[in-house]
Amino acid sequence: MSAARRRAPVAAALTALLAGLIAGCGAAAAPDGDTLTVFAAASLQEVFTEVAEDFERDHPGVDVALSSAGSADLATQVLEGAPADVFASADEATMARVAGAGLVAGEPEVFATNVLTVATPAGNPAGVTSLADLARPGLAVVVCAPQVPCGAAARRVQEAAGVALTPVSEESSVTDVLGKVTTGQADAGLVYATDVARAGDAVTAVPLPEAAGAVNTCPVAALRDAADPALAAEFVEAVTGEAGRAALAAAGFGVPAA
Amino acid sequence: MSRASRAGRRERRAGEPVGGALPAWVHVPAAAGLLLVLVPLVAIVARVDWPRFGELVTSPSSLAALRLSLLTATASTACCLLLGVPMALVLARGSFPGLRVLRSVVLLPLVLPPVVGGLALLYALGRRGLLAPALEVLGVRIAFSTAAVVLAQTFVALPFLVLSAEGALRTAGQRHERVAATLGARPGRVLTRVTLPLVAPGLASGAVLAFARSLGEFGATLTFAGSLEGVTRTLPLEVYLQRESDPDAAVALALVLVAVSVVVVVGVRGREGRGSP
Repeated sequence: MSAARRRAPVAAALTALLAGLIAGCGAAAAPDGDTLTVFAAASLQEVFTEVAEDFERDHPGVDVALSSAGSADLATQVLEGAPADVFASADEATMARVAGAGLVAGEPEVFATNVLTVATPAGNPAGVTSLADLARPGLAVVVCAPQVPCGAAARRVQEAAGVALTPVSEESSVTDVLGKVTTGQADAGLVYATDVARAGDAVTAVPLPEAAGAVNTCPVAALRDAADPALAAEFVEAVTGEAGRAALAAAGFGVPAA
Repeated sequence: MSRASRAGRRERRAGEPVGGALPAWVHVPAAAGLLLVLVPLVAIVARVDWPRFGELVTSPSSLAALRLSLLTATASTACCLLLGVPMALVLARGSFPGLRVLRSVVLLPLVLPPVVGGLALLYALGRRGLLAPALEVLGVRIAFSTAAVVLAQTFVALPFLVLSAEGALRTAGQRHERVAATLGARPGRVLTRVTLPLVAPGLASGAVLAFARSLGEFGATLTFAGSLEGVTRTLPLEVYLQRESDPDAAVALALVLVAVSVVVVVGVRGREGRGSP
């Protein structure tokens, strides 16, 4: 029995096995009619969990699968063909990437605003009082990298205030900035007001009046390739509707006038 | 690796067809496994924007990340050698209660998720860590510094060196050491003139693996050291960040890391193939 004579059936079996694997994995990942896949920016996770629970209660048999990550990450996944039905971004530039590729059904709708604030470890041990204070030498300040929404906002705030920070680290996500502050590694960090609200006693916020000049607006949209476009549109309505607005306001988001 | 080990097998059983003793079906899952590794690598090569490749990998931020990665990985490898070789000597030659427990502890970073390693380092050496008061007295500030990157890399790479070195020490045996000792050589002289030269190839393999692991370190660095261009943002962190805004640059840099990995693996396996009986 030579190996060569066996090669043909082996190749056939291999192809079948791979096809089976891919089909199996694909079937597991593809949403059926009863699952609504929602991609939401990391900062929106808590609020969207609430909205999703309400939505499931109002739509018996529907299961909302919530995927939270950095907005830019989620946008990349959508652009690469991830099976999402709804996308909510932490800023409009990121949503524009998805809309620009023609993947949005209709127009993205702004449903919330978020501003930056200064977060310090509990009790503000370094005695930070203002944005200008953050430029003090020897102070360990952490911000987001300019490539991500919270970093873009941080840059706008600095420009508006005429302050140039020299951060010790530029993180890839706002949660990483918050982590550096809550563990006391950093004396201060620029994060969203909602992140401070979420972190509770672990951080102390310092008001940042300059942030009013750099408001991030969060848009949400049903996606073109949604498995059930009507259901996706209904979820967007739930976010922009009364209950969604109340949940957003409670979490510290600004809510645009209806 | 497969070529080297196949060559070894051929030497042992001359004339027998390669893999003759294996049932045919084994090749199916084996090939599927190979494809699982190979297809993503091919996919990344296919995604590279070749006309802009040079420009993308030589942008100032890419060069800063590359420079920092080479510098820190070299420093970490040196730290691994300085700490890991004595550790391997104790593990391979020592005999005291708790040795097996000690070995498990040493190998822990191998199986620990790097982000957990980063957290552990943070709570030990961070500004509010266990050793913070002592570091404060010494005036050492590790957080957000290049030293933090080296520490994180050493933490995750050390087991690779210890494992390689300990294996080499056990394979080499103690015959030559005993002979040298009976001829009147002191322990220090036996170590530097007999033991270390004997295990040098094993140490080299271990050092290359530690270097590769350091170069690829991501989770512990991100958690413990932060991310700042030229200071703590190594190549993997740069890839992670660029992926957000400039995927082409991320892919180009990823390919650089893949290329380095291939060189390392081929180098180490080639050496092992020659060295094995």
